[in-house]
Amino acid sequence: MEHVAEHPGPAALAARMTQICGPDGVITDPLELATYECDGLTAHRSSPGLVVLPTTAEQVAAVVSACARAKIPFVARGSGTGLSGGALPRSDGVLIVTSRMRRIIAIDAESRRAIVEPGVTNLAVSKAAQPFGLFYAPDPSSQVVCSVGGNVAENSGGAHCLKHGFTVHHVTGLEIVTPDGELTWLGDGTGAAPGYDLVGAFTGSEGTLGIVTKIVVKLTRVPEAVTTLLAAFRTMRAGGAAVSAIIGSGILPAAIEMMDALAIEAAEAAVACRYPDGAGAVLIVELDGPAADVARETAAVRAICEREGAYEIRAAHDAAERAAIWTGRKSAFAAVGRISPAYIVQDGVVPRTALPDVLERIAELSASSGIRVANVFHAGDGNLHPLVLFDDAEPGAEAAAEVVSGEILDLCISRGGSITGEHGVGIDKSKFMPKMFGPGDLDTMQLLRCAFDPAGLCNPGKIFPTPRLCGEVPGVRRAPHPLVASGTLEQF
Amino acid sequence: MTAGPAPEALAKACSDVREAGPDDVVASVAPRFVASPADTGEAAAVLRAAAAEGMTAVPRGGGTRLAWGSPPVSCDLVIDTRRMNRVLEHAAGDQVVRVQAGVGLDQLAGLLARAGQRLALDPPPGAAASGTVGGVLATGVAGPLRLRYGTPRDLAIGMTVVRADGTVASSGGKVVKNVAGYDLGKLFAGSYGTLGLIAEAAFRLHPLPGAASFVTLDRADAAAAHAAIAAAADSPLAPSAAEIDRPSRRAPFRVGVLLEGDPDGVAERAARMTELLGGSAASVSPARPAWWGRGAAAAAHGTVIRIAFWAAELTRVLAAIDAGAAAAGLDPAVSGSAAAGVIHAAVDESAAPAAVSEFVLALRAAVATPPPGPSADGPPARASVVVLHAPADVCMALDPWGPVPALGLMRAVKDQFDPEHRMAPGRLAGGI
Repeated sequence: MEHVAEHPGPAALAARMTQICGPDGVITDPLELATYECDGLTAHRSSPGLVVLPTTAEQVAAVVSACARAKIPFVARGSGTGLSGGALPRSDGVLIVTSRMRRIIAIDAESRRAIVEPGVTNLAVSKAAQPFGLFYAPDPSSQVVCSVGGNVAENSGGAHCLKHGFTVHHVTGLEIVTPDGELTWLGDGTGAAPGYDLVGAFTGSEGTLGIVTKIVVKLTRVPEAVTTLLAAFRTMRAGGAAVSAIIGSGILPAAIEMMDALAIEAAEAAVACRYPDGAGAVLIVELDGPAADVARETAAVRAICEREGAYEIRAAHDAAERAAIWTGRKSAFAAVGRISPAYIVQDGVVPRTALPDVLERIAELSASSGIRVANVFHAGDGNLHPLVLFDDAEPGAEAAAEVVSGEILDLCISRGGSITGEHGVGIDKSKFMPKMFGPGDLDTMQLLRCAFDPAGLCNPGKIFPTPRLCGEVPGVRRAPHPLVASGTLEQF
Repeated sequence: MTAGPAPEALAKACSDVREAGPDDVVASVAPRFVASPADTGEAAAVLRAAAAEGMTAVPRGGGTRLAWGSPPVSCDLVIDTRRMNRVLEHAAGDQVVRVQAGVGLDQLAGLLARAGQRLALDPPPGAAASGTVGGVLATGVAGPLRLRYGTPRDLAIGMTVVRADGTVASSGGKVVKNVAGYDLGKLFAGSYGTLGLIAEAAFRLHPLPGAASFVTLDRADAAAAHAAIAAAADSPLAPSAAEIDRPSRRAPFRVGVLLEGDPDGVAERAARMTELLGGSAASVSPARPAWWGRGAAAAAHGTVIRIAFWAAELTRVLAAIDAGAAAAGLDPAVSGSAAAGVIHAAVDESAAPAAVSEFVLALRAAVATPPPGPSADGPPARASVVVLHAPADVCMALDPWGPVPALGLMRAVKDQFDPEHRMAPGRLAGGI
């Protein structure tokens, strides 16, 4: 169904938006608009109808109010590094970019809290906290550029979330603009505010419940010692067994990362990371905490890796050595570009103990389809990042890769896992949601959406394959929903 | 007045429905019936029947914290989850457990300990037990370990709930890392039964530490106690908890720091923590001090007030407690997770309701009221003062919740999940 013509398009809002954000805060030029057509997931593209770049929470509120009054959908975007198309704009809507809101408002070192604006980059928070011996724990690989506002929307993870938790464990208060344009605080920064935990419910809602304008984050004490080990194994199964043995020993490393031979090959080609020759799998294990504990745990992890068949183990004790070990892992996604013209990144999760079986099954899928799959993953928490390689110049190759990619997600679901561990559902995986959740689950989740955004204007079309019409009594459909009847809401 | 026979629909829905008795009273409100479903399916049938009959319902686990929150404005039916007491899955290698809501926390701890694991929640025990998983989730209660491991919402990775109309809904799952869909578990944790029944939950587990050591010392006044807590929290010694306790205004503050982990590491860290906190003044013991973690259970029949604040404000909060208590003629016991910014003030049951009310209002005015004028760049109020439980006459005299941010959105959430307001109506802030 098309939007009814009497509603003005987003371009009609340009004058009002210019009043709010100033002439340099509004983009209407089609060429410039096209630079916002996708986020980190380039497979989905749509040029926004209008882009606004507010600098204050009040401006965001005014922009959203104007959209709500005109019944024009809007999408928030931070740094645009998301990998699920969560910030994919709409041609009939306004894209609200928060990257100019980048003040670190306050750091309360003793309370271990910082108050930041949404456009502040993830790493900037840790840098600002460093003089106090503190850091911001969630560390997505894109932390140099990704924004805290985007992290909140996606409940971003990262390599060190195994021990330190995800964004939702480190956010204690949010100032948001509700989808009808009201500025309000959720939580009070304590992490123990009375009433419903709207901070927790909002975090990870992928921009569908409102737009974050200020964030209170927890800061964490910088550990006294950090050791990083690199262990090379002949096979993935041996590496996987070492992961299980480490966790089973009662040690909780800050991170356990794993790469397979194809991912190592790509990393060598791209950044010459000089991982041990002949490795079928490398494991990166990082331990942090009090110095004596780290020393003991390092020895224990070494022993476990040797017992499980590691033929070479390297240890890093300072930042430079650590960076050398992490180079290969951190470059892996981009490095795959060296061995394949194109690839799809998946983000499935399986219970940790299912890893060896699931990896073998992925290898079988790869062999039977003839499509190469490189594996880079957060082994400690079972979060796989299979990279499904294809040649985009070859007709049908992308579709074939999509099939393998989908089969990997089916495999994750069948083992009691998840379709996404940290990248989000966005536009990309909404079609898989009904495989993981039943109609009652999806319907109930959307009650939350209806409470925040009854008009369905805030990042519509993301997460849920079928939007719930708010106010509709489940199972009792009497007449078209008033918003549909009035042409305000599309039913798609 | 007797309730009469249970409606046929309700009796059909559940194999165990009975008339309510005096032991089933929920915070002074007498229910008519008690239904004890055996599983999620029966619980859904019970709620469908309740919906058909227009009955209000209050979920109940072990009843440990049933007196918490505001009394319900109506309660036709208690849904007792204690028959839902099965551990559905303990994937030891994955450090994940999935349970029915009626599983007791103590029972679960025993099972997990045999695999060298624990659910890192240590709410203060009630008279008989620590309560059920469902009750702990619904009240969001946490003990000293909150400093390191957070509260129930931080450890729950999946939840199955039953809505007021009987719809069963799951979110999350049984893997630690998962961002698929909205996390309904966050919404239901701390919801006091007002959004529906928590039927099943999955949790992330942690290894049971090989050793524990409590470093304790006395501090004469609030500022000195605050300094010790701040030093412990700022240390690189990874404390699992840092608590204070003061039974009376005339007593010194006890400060306690818990270190857990490998036995050698704990011994070394305890020695370093002792030195950090004042050398010979501190003592080290593997035994938990008697006062440890009683916080929310400090006055079983009296009034317990929970104050949450930004940790740097500890001295100011303690001063506000003393000033408010002195003005009201009270001498509350003070205890709690000072480093995590959550402490409790407990007033004896003999205190006059008017005095308790005066104390709570004074505390709110001192620490939980936004400064006048346009709000600065941060949350307008950075603390809350909540009465967790109180004798009935005290409950009548005050609003246990006080001001709550984003109450309008909370009401909108309630209206969506429970449009007829039949689930634990009135239990939460703002009459939700």
